[in-house]
Amino acid sequence: MQETTHLITYIFLFFSLYFEIFLLITYLEKMGSIKEEDKLIAKGVNKYPSVSIIVPCWNEEQTVSKTIHSLLNLDYPKNKLKIIVVDDGSTDNTWEIIQKFRNNPQVEIYSKENGGKYTALNFGLAKTTSELFGCLDSDSYVHKDALKHIITYFQNKEIMAVAPSVKLWQPKGVLQLFQKVEYGFGIFTRKMFHYMQAVYITPGPFSIFRREVFDKLGGYRHAHNTEDIEIALRMQKNHMKIAHAHSAMVYTVAPKTIKTLLKQRIRWSHGFIKNAFDYRTLFLKREYGNLGLVILPMASISIVSVISVASISVFNIVNAIISEYLKIKTIGFNFNLSNFSFDWFYIDTELVVIIGIIAFVGTATMVLTSRKMSEGKLRLGMDLIYFFVLYMFIAPIWITKAAYNAIFSVKTSWR
Amino acid sequence: MEHKTVDWKKYLLVFIITGVIFATAIAISNYFGQKKLDEIRSIQDKIAIDILSSETQFSLLEDSSCKNVSKESLSTELGSLEEKLSYTENELGVNDPQVVTLKRYYSLLEIKDYLLMNKISEKCKITPVSIIYFYSNKGDCSDCQKEGYVLTSLRETYPDLRVYSFDYNIDLSAVKTLIGINKVKNNLPAIFIKDQSYYGFQSIEDLEKAVPELQVLKTKNATTTNKK
Repeated sequence: MQETTHLITYIFLFFSLYFEIFLLITYLEKMGSIKEEDKLIAKGVNKYPSVSIIVPCWNEEQTVSKTIHSLLNLDYPKNKLKIIVVDDGSTDNTWEIIQKFRNNPQVEIYSKENGGKYTALNFGLAKTTSELFGCLDSDSYVHKDALKHIITYFQNKEIMAVAPSVKLWQPKGVLQLFQKVEYGFGIFTRKMFHYMQAVYITPGPFSIFRREVFDKLGGYRHAHNTEDIEIALRMQKNHMKIAHAHSAMVYTVAPKTIKTLLKQRIRWSHGFIKNAFDYRTLFLKREYGNLGLVILPMASISIVSVISVASISVFNIVNAIISEYLKIKTIGFNFNLSNFSFDWFYIDTELVVIIGIIAFVGTATMVLTSRKMSEGKLRLGMDLIYFFVLYMFIAPIWITKAAYNAIFSVKTSWR
Repeated sequence: MEHKTVDWKKYLLVFIITGVIFATAIAISNYFGQKKLDEIRSIQDKIAIDILSSETQFSLLEDSSCKNVSKESLSTELGSLEEKLSYTENELGVNDPQVVTLKRYYSLLEIKDYLLMNKISEKCKITPVSIIYFYSNKGDCSDCQKEGYVLTSLRETYPDLRVYSFDYNIDLSAVKTLIGINKVKNNLPAIFIKDQSYYGFQSIEDLEKAVPELQVLKTKNATTTNKK
């Protein structure tokens, strides 16, 4: 039994180590490119294309106003930027709140029956003829330079969409602080996927597309409530290039409670599993490059590996607890510090432990590199500790639940 | 829209690096595993020398008083050896050939230690305080884990108590003979104290009752500690 569980763990550790090294080597390879991109961004662009940003909202009375204000504050020619607010049948005061933007020449306001985010996006899409099109979730805010930075990437005619870097809006408390590290890590991995031409998510907050993406591929789809994964995979399937603008910052409000966090993550993971299955033809195909050969297979393997390694760990922890309970029940509780003496002999030097430590060091290196990339400097804080302690306990929960939902066709919801 | 190119060299390079890291980790793990086995071997050698020395000492002084041959002549490291051996057994598995050999050697040392202790006790007219314990880790002894906790705890409380534990299923003729002499039934855990057999789980209290000498050891230990 132990040998089987060890073998399974070794195989998964090999894959995750391979993936970590792949990302780190890509980083070392492309460090110069990141600097070049920064220089290009600093130079700015000569021509500003017309851009429409859709703000789909459903019961977002708390945040929508701030979202629109952040768009109006973008450093971008006013005659080139249109903001289309689509109230997707809100039942709270969202509609009343957005009325204050009615007279702003940059803003158009629409209301429609509730049909889900993708319908609001397609509704907005039909109202615009601009060269570029994007979306900003109504719980997210953009940095004033974000659009300018994104536009730089569109100077390359082959780039069909650009994803921004998503950060958290004023994270507070243990739960949000650990997500802060996770989002920072997301910026790093997405940038590496950019260099591998394998970006497979164009996040809801402020990903910008060329209009012809939708002209050629059609509008957004329901896509298991994760239309941002589906559209990116559809683009990849049609060999359209997606870039990542690492310095274009978008801020989003993170879930405050464990319940809302789990709900959000189950939706994301479930969406990935279902969309990956829908686009399974991309897997292991040479024509899709790194995406088909490494990224998608690894992302899928990671789901299985997280579930199995977590199950094995839970099994071991339960076994240890049962043994300890049996021991205390048999001989009573007699913890005596004077009996304790250090002996190197009892340090676990099994292969699984050593590889585990190496994989952890690899992850820590990437997390620290991502922090340096997203914050400009390396700062160590409690959030890192929260991340390393909490993530490995919480992530398996949503991944397992999402996999269960995907296999047994349980539908996920937004809220 | 062009198809993507694949950098096979990079895939191979990453594979090689991952492989090298894995191989290094295997080497490190094996190195420490071997070091641990070496340590067990060296403890066993030390015990073997201790026993041999005591036996020789005993033979030399056969006719003299037992002042020079006391229980202090016995090795004190059997307990720590057993702990390390069972830890290694857990790490490497019960079927690991090195573990099997070490365990057989250990059982032999235990028997020799037991015989020597009996000789000393006889000569010096002291009652031996020892427990012989038979267990099985084949999964057919549900109480053996619990009994193990009890005996480890007793050994911690009474360092002078000598616990000799034997795997009932070990392939060693000396142990088989010991089982034969004591007529140990395959109804484990089985405990032998001064030719008296006890089958099934025995708690700390049961054993303390069975070996009244433990109380003396306890008082002796307490006095020694106080003196310190």
